[in-house]
Amino acid sequence: MPDIYLDNNATTKVDRAVVDAMLPFFTEQFGNPSSIHRFADGVARAIKKARGQVQELLGAEHDSEIIFTSCGTESDSTAILSAIKAQPNRKEIITTAVEHPAILNLCEHLEKEGYTIHRMPVDRCGRLNLEAYKNLLSDQVAIVSVMWANNETGTIFPVVEMAEMAHAAGVMFHTDAVQAVGKIPMMLQDTQIDMLSLSGHKLHAPKGIGVLYLRRGTRFRPLLRGGHQERGRRAGTENTASIVGLGKACELAIEHMEFENIQVKAMRDRLERGIVEQIPHCFITGDLNNRLPNTTDIAFEYIEGEAILMLLNKAGVAASSGSACTSGSLEPSHVMRAMSIPYTAAHGTIRFSFSRYNTMSEVDEVLKVMPDIVAALRKLSPYWDGNGPVANPEEAFKPTYA
Amino acid sequence: MWDYSDKVKEHFFNPKNAGAVANANAIGEVGSISCGDALRLTLRVNEASEVIEDAGFQTFGCGSAIASSSVLTEIIKGMTLDEALKVTNNDIAAELDGLPPEKMHCSVMGREALQAAVANYRGEEWKDDHEEGALVCKCFAIDAVMIEEMVWANKLRTVEDVTNYTKAGGGCAACHEDIEAILEKVLKERGETFDPNAAPIEKSIITAEKKPLTNLQRIKKIEEVLTSLRPQLMADGGDVELVEVIDNIAYVNMTGACNGCQMAAMTIAGIQQRLMEVLGEFIRVVPASQMPSKLVNIQEASHA
Ligand SMILES: Cc1ncc(COP(=O)(O)O)c(C=O)c1O
Repeated sequence: MPDIYLDNNATTKVDRAVVDAMLPFFTEQFGNPSSIHRFADGVARAIKKARGQVQELLGAEHDSEIIFTSCGTESDSTAILSAIKAQPNRKEIITTAVEHPAILNLCEHLEKEGYTIHRMPVDRCGRLNLEAYKNLLSDQVAIVSVMWANNETGTIFPVVEMAEMAHAAGVMFHTDAVQAVGKIPMMLQDTQIDMLSLSGHKLHAPKGIGVLYLRRGTRFRPLLRGGHQERGRRAGTENTASIVGLGKACELAIEHMEFENIQVKAMRDRLERGIVEQIPHCFITGDLNNRLPNTTDIAFEYIEGEAILMLLNKAGVAASSGSACTSGSLEPSHVMRAMSIPYTAAHGTIRFSFSRYNTMSEVDEVLKVMPDIVAALRKLSPYWDGNGPVANPEEAFKPTYA
Repeated sequence: MWDYSDKVKEHFFNPKNAGAVANANAIGEVGSISCGDALRLTLRVNEASEVIEDAGFQTFGCGSAIASSSVLTEIIKGMTLDEALKVTNNDIAAELDGLPPEKMHCSVMGREALQAAVANYRGEEWKDDHEEGALVCKCFAIDAVMIEEMVWANKLRTVEDVTNYTKAGGGCAACHEDIEAILEKVLKERGETFDPNAAPIEKSIITAEKKPLTNLQRIKKIEEVLTSLRPQLMADGGDVELVEVIDNIAYVNMTGACNGCQMAAMTIAGIQQRLMEVLGEFIRVVPASQMPSKLVNIQEASHA
């Protein structure tokens, strides 16, 4: 059995058809799209086609609302920095406690420069309180940035509604939709969302290509100034091959949208149900009623995530964890902490994220190995005794220090 | 994922001495649940000989935490308690053919569990003497708490100072922004402001030293410098002791992990550099083992 890849929220395999679409732009049509000779022949047209493909997946009104960038992170930075530069008198930013570091670390940096950052908390299921959100909106706020779907739990935030609330208060709205694009349908022209970030490598396009959707009329200040590329809104010679690849990937995402939401979801559901039924003391994190179809994040109590991943890897299964050790930090994932997941569980969270390349037989394979892996590690755990956790685990084992 | 050595993987996939020892008479429980690592070490100690007859571990932690626990039990079985107490975290890491810098704290946890277990056996109370912070310098595995303490203790003012005292930032330099942030914070608490262009602290001390030092002053200054460097050496599992000062040569004893390890030469060079900067005169640092034997005799005689 070849290795099973269940880490599609980290990155995805580039679709064969995407690779094929890209190849001519490395060696034959390698010309600069701005040039006037035959090596550039068709390059500008290919970029225009890709722009249209992205536009269609997003349901954007105009193809000029699509700005190609180098990654999701660049799109996020561009959006927020643009909003604060365009509105220098507004010194507050609203975001959530569970954003990707692409947003959170930028906000932390801006905080040092004097901005007030409102990081909205979430409840135990990872949900926001919209009443509290409404009270934060004011003419002091430069931008609201709220992710469409969470990369760890898959939890979906009500960004369409939140964008309307922001506009009602005269505030710009950005969403990091890196995990949502291609997995759930969207029609941006029917929303009030001003800016949206996406990243190619999460939807079977290559790494290092992203998009910032910028609603026509939204005040904008570029991050990179220079050439006239992207209508002067993002200077730098176009990453032609990757742009073409991303266009193709968007076309394929539209074709597979139903598959993603029915078959992929069925695989995810079967895996999580199987795990929860077979393995004691584990639970699914996030908002179970509002989730991406491809993601499940399961907390295995009393054991640590990196150790689980190493044993999974040995069994040929690739997944990821919110444990501190996998990131080299001392804290478990900020998303788990924001949901008040106890430490004994937060360190043992494993995220399985599917794609259209997975199969039901892979799910069965994982279900076969998972119980033994968890049992083996619990045997080593000071919180575990025989068939269950020690009585009153937090009391029974109280290591000294910090 | 981490670039673990084969030894780490071996001990992780086939841990030795997993579980609690029956009839244990020494138990050490250390770690930090917020950091995701915790270890209970159980030992059976022969009460007559103080030899560790059996050792077992229970670990909540990542691959390297489990491997460090496993290898620790293998190292200490058969040792007396006093021998076991000499095991440093570097010994544990070395036995695993090294750990990634982010994971060195797993070996520290092993050593602490051992100390805690011995204290438990002897009816003493074990006090943790270190606090761990977020890793700042990945080249030399130096965390934020260590840097902050050194900035406080030695009134450091620049990134260069921090590098001189802790090694942090002396490698790839990618962490200089983080070090500046720590300096900014501590200097603010001290009522000063961080100036990235400030002169490194030693220079101002050098200009203060004008008259040649008397030997007594020199020895005192050398002791001061060694004291300021000691926390860092001890964090590496080592220590330094001044044995004798003859003219412009300081003879020192390097103990613990510094002794004989490849870092010793670098450490000695580092100490020498610091001494010259603070004393404002040329001084050579030489291991006491290289002291001319005649002088050793004289020294011994004078101590007798
Ligand atoms: C929610 C979210 N935002 C942003 C990013 C960053 O995207 P990129 O890797 O393209 O910079 C990621 C990917 O890890 C993500 O999951």
